[in-house]
This record gives sequence, structure tokens and C-alpha cells, in this order.
Amino acid sequence: MLPAPTLNTYLLLSAVLFSIGTAGVFLRRNLITILLSVEIMLNAVNLTFVAVGRSLGTVDGQIIVFFVITVAAAEAAVGLAIVIALFRHRESLNPDDFTSLKW
Amino acid sequence: MDTVFFWLLSAVAIVASLLVIAQRNPMYSVLLVIVSFGALAGLYVLLDASFVAVTQIIIYAGAIMVLFLFVVMLLNVPTEDPPTGYHARLLGGAGPRRAGAALSVALLLELFWALTRMGDGPSLGDKDMGAAVSSVRAIGLRLFDVQGYAFAFEATSVLILVAMIGAIVLARRESK
Repeated sequence: MLPAPTLNTYLLLSAVLFSIGTAGVFLRRNLITILLSVEIMLNAVNLTFVAVGRSLGTVDGQIIVFFVITVAAAEAAVGLAIVIALFRHRESLNPDDFTSLKW
Repeated sequence: MDTVFFWLLSAVAIVASLLVIAQRNPMYSVLLVIVSFGALAGLYVLLDASFVAVTQIIIYAGAIMVLFLFVVMLLNVPTEDPPTGYHARLLGGAGPRRAGAALSVALLLELFWALTRMGDGPSLGDKDMGAAVSSVRAIGLRLFDVQGYAFAFEATSVLILVAMIGAIVLARRESK
């Protein structure tokens, strides 16, 4: 029989998802996939907020999740605009191609 | 029953997230992220946060991921290029990327270690606590309370406005 989930189980799941997100940021060479990995990391943090809020019996965790979702929306909008501008400039999504600022 | 759902949904979330970073085609990545977010929404329902679950589906899967899909289709770069040339070898070569992967595994191990040191940890609370957390009325009262998050809520509107203007300015074509 599977063990019933506790707060620790949720935190472990969140840790696994966050690490998958960081691995994606490190391993992929495509700006869109990197942005998606950042979204996965943000969602792992959201899960932590909701689980801890449930454990403490307050709604504050859920409210902070709304703010995180708002920030994620703003980040996605600006990030994708930058991706479009870069693609127009270099015809590429590979971050290794954007080395103008590198000395 | 809830236990089975929890393990099922967390397995779906983890497998979908792993497939996201294993895909070379960004289109599949975006669709798999939507699967992962759907599983997370199910977990929010299990945590008595139904309103967050609905918000997750509507805003994340419905709006943000559609934005990603539009960009993927607009840019029309189906697959990731294999590394070529001097810069690819210098920056995207096996060495730095392997170090990055090792760092993320180290992060995972450190988080696991920290959580095992926590012991059993606190419980998730009983049914009454779940009823207190699931009330949309309580969330609204706290969110729009001046002593609560009213200021942060108003500041959010400025953030959205700045992001909107910034996105338009950045993605606009340069007019000569």
C-alpha cells in the first residue's frame, strides 16, 4: 500500500520538480525550452507555498501563489518579446549565438 | 483514494517535466508543460486549494502556455541545432553542460538531505483546516484587506502594465 502524503512528501515532489527545472536551464540550448524550465521551477515553488499554507491552515500561501502566477505572466511576456527580437536579429534561438556582450 | 491520486498525479508531473527537458522539439515541450501543470492543478485540488487549481488551469495552461505556443509557431524553429562551430564548442560543449547537470543533481541531493533532517515534519492538517483553507471568501477577504495584501495587489497592476508596454516595445519592428 502506498504511504499517505505528508507535508514532507509534497516538499520532496517540489524539490524534484525544481531540480528538473534547473537541469533544463543548464542542459538545453534553446531559449524557449529554457523559459519553460523556469516556468517549471516557478510551479515547484507554488506547490511548496500551497502545501505549507495547507499545513499552517492559512490562505496566505494561496495568495502568494497568485502573485507568483502574475510575475510568471509578466516574465513570460517580456522574455518571449526578447526572444522574438533576438531571433529577428540572429535567426537563431541558441543562447551560444548571442555573444555580443561577451568580452 | 486521495493517496492513490497523489502518487498518480505526482508521477505524471515528474515524468512530463522530465520529458519537457528531454525534447528537442519546443512544440512538444510546451504541450508537455501543459500536462505537467494539469497534474499540479490536481495536486492543488488534493490540498483543498481548488481556486488555485482553477487559476492554474485558466492562466497558466490557458494563457501563458498559449503565448509560448504562439511564439514557437511564429518563429518556426522546429528543432534544436546540434552544436557547431567555435562558440558551440567553447560554451555549449560537453564540459560546462555536464557541470551544470552535476550542479542540479547536487541541488536535488541537498534538498533531499535537508528534508530528511526535518524528520517526520508537520502533518497536512485535518479536515477542518482544509475547509478553512478552501474558502474563496477567506482568500478574497485576505487579498483585498488593507492590512493584508491590498497594496501588493495594486502594485501587481503596475507590474503587468510595465510588462505589457515592455513586451510591445521589445517586439516592435524598428521603423526607419
